[in-house]
Amino acid sequence: MGFFLETLFGGLMAGMLYSLIALGFVLIFKASGVFNFAQGAMVLFAALAMARFSEWIPAALGIESKVLGNVLAFIAAMAVMVAVAWLIERLCLSKLVNQEAITLLMATLGITYFLDGFGQTLFGSDIYKIDVGMPKDPIFLFQSTFEGGVLISQEDLVAALIAALLVGALALFFQKTSTGRALRAVADDHQAAQSIGIPLNRIWVIVWSVAGFAALVAGIIWGSKLGVQFSLSLVALKALPVVILGGLTSVPGAIIGGLIIGVGEKLSEIYIGPMLGGGIEIWFAYVLALLFLLVRPQGLFGEKIIDRV
Amino acid sequence: MLYRENGQFKTNYRADQQVFPILQDRIAIGALLVFAFAVVPLIAPEYLFRAILIPFLILSLAALGLNILVGYCGQISLGTGAFMAIGAYAAYNFQVRIPGMPLIVSLLLGGATATLVGVLFGIPSLRIKGLYLAVATLAAQFFTDWAFLRIKWFTNDSASGSVSVAGLQVFGLPIETPAQKYLFCLAFVAVFALLAKNLVRSHIGREWMAIRDMDVAAAVIGIRPVYAKLSAFAVSSFIVGVAGALWGFVHLGSWEPAAFSIDRSFQLLFMVIIGGLGSIMGSFFGAAFIVVLPIVLDALPYWFGIPIDTALAAHLTFMIFGALIVFFLIVEPHGLARLWSTAKEKLRLWPFPH
Repeated sequence: MGFFLETLFGGLMAGMLYSLIALGFVLIFKASGVFNFAQGAMVLFAALAMARFSEWIPAALGIESKVLGNVLAFIAAMAVMVAVAWLIERLCLSKLVNQEAITLLMATLGITYFLDGFGQTLFGSDIYKIDVGMPKDPIFLFQSTFEGGVLISQEDLVAALIAALLVGALALFFQKTSTGRALRAVADDHQAAQSIGIPLNRIWVIVWSVAGFAALVAGIIWGSKLGVQFSLSLVALKALPVVILGGLTSVPGAIIGGLIIGVGEKLSEIYIGPMLGGGIEIWFAYVLALLFLLVRPQGLFGEKIIDRV
Repeated sequence: MLYRENGQFKTNYRADQQVFPILQDRIAIGALLVFAFAVVPLIAPEYLFRAILIPFLILSLAALGLNILVGYCGQISLGTGAFMAIGAYAAYNFQVRIPGMPLIVSLLLGGATATLVGVLFGIPSLRIKGLYLAVATLAAQFFTDWAFLRIKWFTNDSASGSVSVAGLQVFGLPIETPAQKYLFCLAFVAVFALLAKNLVRSHIGREWMAIRDMDVAAAVIGIRPVYAKLSAFAVSSFIVGVAGALWGFVHLGSWEPAAFSIDRSFQLLFMVIIGGLGSIMGSFFGAAFIVVLPIVLDALPYWFGIPIDTALAAHLTFMIFGALIVFFLIVEPHGLARLWSTAKEKLRLWPFPH
């Protein structure tokens, strides 16, 4: 029982991290109808920027304090992500308005290649560390209930908390601020939003910046866990089933989907994996999402797809 | 002036329904085929066969298969590499396990196996649409990647799923030199291109296009979506499977599952989009572009005599590749095939202004 709970908690927290990346997909899809394959590349790019700036800035300015150095690096990395968002909008998306979904998907794949190459040219391609002072020691819970208790990694716990905070903040941003309202209007209907005076271009830059922010947070958390290296961009492939399971247009869907995938993945690896020869984590998430989709083709919380002739 | 149909009257249905109704097209295609079959094997250097011509032919066959699914039937698939892998490994198993199996038969049986699996993974398309389907097809990709690594029976108990074939021959003729391999692939490509061309202009091709344009409307006028979608999946995965078998047998010789990874799937999708969705010709253009581009990008620094660190060169190649793809999508979202048909329109009037 203790082992089961441990796996379950591990899955929930891994799921929270997946939803952090899935969030970036959902934000952009909601506001511009673009399925942003480049989210993974953005995570890598942001993490690389953060890792290198936290080396460069303290070295250049002679700052001793680690906190100050990290804060400055975070601000600098965020500025870079806003610049990337602006460039993507200016050079690519604004020229592809009204194209088919698959063309836009391919364009973001092109952006993926570009960002992967550009990030590594700019920041180097070694393995870097991000140290934002995440606690590394595991803690034990329920020691009175079970023998040995339930082991939980504190790092994962903090990461999950940050993810939850971020989601809450984004929900508030979308619901309460006027910019958030404008974003929802654009998501609902481009033309109607434009006709009441919402500037589409600026909205897209904002959305991509917010997605860049989500990528940066995800990059820092994943980066301090795994180290910043090229394989970080592959984490996005793990987030894809989360997105379709939760529904492409739903922020809560990204969270619930992440939790389902996280738990399903860990439990299946432990309980079904040995029967099939192990390593099933990679495809299990997709098959799980596929099964959910067979029942609900628009994902758990996606808007119902209505076909009109 | 040279390229126009004036004076070419169609006096019977046969003439009206030809694949190439214009005489100049027939001459051009005939000349191209003669050139490809008879002249190229004599003059091309070995490097050209290995690095460009054979990969180009096989990948354009795979792109052709994918184009039937994505371009004609409108079902986006990100799992093409998986069907190539299934074709390759199934053909390998037929070749190894059944003594005296003719090469062509095992290649075709590889395609047939890919068809079965393709139809299986096509079933969700009846309910899941658009981008959701695109992501769902990744399930096929990751599942086959895993299966060929972990299930030893598929790979004849070899370690890490790497297998190899040797001593290929057809009707007693060996396929060893690059020129022979090239001719073998070319024959496959020519036959399949002709079949595909005829398929897409038959009633089944029209059904696919109706489903692509609006599946509800197509169902209303009496097209069965089940039949149309699954047949598109079947035909597409057959061609892709045969291409995969050729890729393994003829081009690589020995391969492991990584040869058919998700990158291959994206590469094929790029070919289809850049070449032109819903165009047989476009698949060839796209394949040529994607095969040649990285080679040119790699060679570029040497031509200009600029010494570049290899890691940096690889990253720069990534950047330029990505930027060029975005550039192409912006300039011509309908692909190279559209440029080709625009050029043909212009040629009809040339050199006169009207």
